[in-house]
Amino acid sequence: MTIIFGVFLLTLMVITALAIVHTQHLFVAVILSGIFSLLMAANFFLLDAADVALTEAAIGAGISTVLFLGALTLTGEAERYRSSSVNRVVALGVVAAITLMVIYATFDKPAFGDPQTPVQQHVAPWYIDTTANDIDIPNVVTAVLASFRGYDTLGEVFVVLTAGIGILFLFSATPTRRKKPQTEQESEVESTAEIKFGEGLRHFLIPQVVGRLLIPFILLFGLYVQFHGDYGPGGGFQAGAIIAAAIILYALLEGEARALRVIPQWVLTGMMAGGAILYSAVGVVCMMLDGNFLEYSVLAADPITGQHIGIIVIEAGVGITVTGVLLSIFHAFAGRRRF
Amino acid sequence: MIDWNMHLPALQVIIPMLSAAFVLLLRPRGLAWAGATAASAFTFAIAIMLTIGVLDGQSYVYQMGNWPAPYGIELGVDSFSALVLLIVSGASTLALLAGRKSLDTDIAEERQPLFYAAWLLALAGLVGIPVAADAFNIFVFMEISSLASYVLIAGGRDRRALPAVFKYLVMGTIGATFYLIGIGLIYLMTGTLNLADMELRIHEVADQKPILVAAGFITIGLALKAAVFPLHVWLPNAYTYSPNIVTVFLAACATKVSLYLLIRFDFFVFQPNLINHDIQFAYFLMPLAVLAILVASGVALFEKNLKRLFAYSSVAQIGYILLGASLVSVAGLTASVVHMFNHGLAKGTVFLAIACLATRYTNLRMDNIAGAAKHMPWTMAAFVVAGLSLVGVPGTAGFISKWYLLSAALEEGTVGWILVAAIIVSSLMAMAYVWRVIETAYFGVQANGNEPVVTNTQAVIDSPREAPIALLSVTWVGALANIYYGLAPSLPVTLATNAAETLMKVAP
Repeated sequence: MTIIFGVFLLTLMVITALAIVHTQHLFVAVILSGIFSLLMAANFFLLDAADVALTEAAIGAGISTVLFLGALTLTGEAERYRSSSVNRVVALGVVAAITLMVIYATFDKPAFGDPQTPVQQHVAPWYIDTTANDIDIPNVVTAVLASFRGYDTLGEVFVVLTAGIGILFLFSATPTRRKKPQTEQESEVESTAEIKFGEGLRHFLIPQVVGRLLIPFILLFGLYVQFHGDYGPGGGFQAGAIIAAAIILYALLEGEARALRVIPQWVLTGMMAGGAILYSAVGVVCMMLDGNFLEYSVLAADPITGQHIGIIVIEAGVGITVTGVLLSIFHAFAGRRRF
Repeated sequence: MIDWNMHLPALQVIIPMLSAAFVLLLRPRGLAWAGATAASAFTFAIAIMLTIGVLDGQSYVYQMGNWPAPYGIELGVDSFSALVLLIVSGASTLALLAGRKSLDTDIAEERQPLFYAAWLLALAGLVGIPVAADAFNIFVFMEISSLASYVLIAGGRDRRALPAVFKYLVMGTIGATFYLIGIGLIYLMTGTLNLADMELRIHEVADQKPILVAAGFITIGLALKAAVFPLHVWLPNAYTYSPNIVTVFLAACATKVSLYLLIRFDFFVFQPNLINHDIQFAYFLMPLAVLAILVASGVALFEKNLKRLFAYSSVAQIGYILLGASLVSVAGLTASVVHMFNHGLAKGTVFLAIACLATRYTNLRMDNIAGAAKHMPWTMAAFVVAGLSLVGVPGTAGFISKWYLLSAALEEGTVGWILVAAIIVSSLMAMAYVWRVIETAYFGVQANGNEPVVTNTQAVIDSPREAPIALLSVTWVGALANIYYGLAPSLPVTLATNAAETLMKVAP
């Protein structure tokens, strides 16, 4: 049954991917890529990877679609550049060759869901036992992510931070291109357009009222995902995306400028750096207490309590950085009138 | 008392990474530069301490979170990684020390905290790769270093950097994805991500299709990141349009880290286990290396823009490094690793000298810098030293690696003679393109007597004069290092020999 459902979802994904490549309308492509991510999330869920599914749904289908749309407001919706037919044939050939290679690689792979595969037999039993004995939280995925491979997760937080820094840096460049003298009328038109843009949906009553009702629930759900990560699917990455989504919704309803007044950019930059610093600081404190870097067991007299403290704090660090970076990227796109 | 020596491999990465987050918050003028430079110097000091330890025969293994090896993440430093750490952190520190004024003109003041944070993140990513002993951890740091270097390259005033960086971004992402696909396939068959554990467990499944495809994906992905010919197309424009000091940093070390990873992964995991892998490796990479050396040197001969000229020269030099490795012998690998170090020195110094020139000449085209030596004698003298080292003239660092490469090639019999011929021809080509620059700068006359265009308004009053003293003195540190390591090459040679022996010991 799982296999039939999996094949069904994967077929839909292939169709969506082909449609994304085929369409010349960028708005359509963005919406389709959101659908692609949602199908992917369903697929992950089918494979019992609930944590990954939640992340994919929150970030792939949610936030990144909003960011793509933000980029579209700066660039326009139609694809203008068409490459020559020779180039396209070559590209198609390369993609076909790589696909064939990957298919070839699957010939000797272990069967789907087989419990005797190396992946299930080598490290997995150790993770399951040690989580129960030394960390004592029900969600093994969180234990692997936050403790056993916590250094990778620290790295990922810095990847997110780097992305945020990159966007802020590139968008802070003042465009030096031709400034043609504007007539007064033109500049007036532009400024009224700016006012409209900055107001969001304030003049549309129904979305505004309904949307406002939703925000507290989204925030509450975000906090739940953040702090329930030890027990069920969730954690800092997903929670950060959900909380950022709530604030982006506010910005869409009330206007970007008003959202910036609630949480100004310097707070966001502080959050970006602060979450990453919090995470690393936990590692450094472990070193000071005579442990290895990120060895949470030394944080309290009882090693298991130490692990709990460490995991809660670093998850908070992840959440803070992810929220800060996603909101900064959103404001960078939304705050720019032209490219 | 905490034993800091034990923690060195972890500190090597954590210090630049954590400092990056703090530098982001440093608003007042100049403080971001100072913070970044201090953090980078500290990183360099740790790399030196690690190298001393490695030379003493100490082996550094560090378990993150104190979880045992295949389950947790392991770090490890040996001779090979110590050498790469020295190159990366040294290049970053020297470039930052030299570059304050140059970067001030390139990057507006309010953007500087972002820029220097990205710089430190690039540094952290590039040192994180050699320190890591875990295949996925390497990928994470590859992401950090690539994202941060895209930001650095796009940092300057030149808008042409944006399309260049976009190309680099697309190709770099493809390279990293290929690496990730390879790791995924290996994980599927072995269930492990730790490199040492992978080497043991891959043996049983070495002949199965997923592993063979994984070897292909990993090799091509890393070759793309290392700008191995013909996958080098992203490199020339990325180096040409980035801020001058960024070019110094990245040209000296960025591709070397990818080459390090390519060599380490192949010799540690694949060579001892896959049947006939050494022959395939040699047959696949040797022709590419020879083509890289000849074609890229040929392009450099006719290039008019100084920075792009030496970017093509880098593609050729990457060919030398790869050629040594493709011999699959201790001598070849030694030559290859020594050349990583020496090329970092030579190319770093060349780009430092170009950065000196750029403080007085806006346009770095060949005909524009005619007669530059009259105004900037010290800059051009340093350039000549670095240029000779790049060519491989005896008495400079470049000669040492050419010498090792030639003797390694001669061990190979008839094929060796073809390689020797290629190396000699390309050295003559290098001589020609370096001489072209020297000739123009020393003996060239500005067409219709127009004096060099000066960059900032303040300098318009003065006639063109020497570069700022900080920049110039660091350039000379580089030039003197080229001579020093040409006369007393024991440090890179010892490290490289140890590295080559470690790499080959596991090979059949």
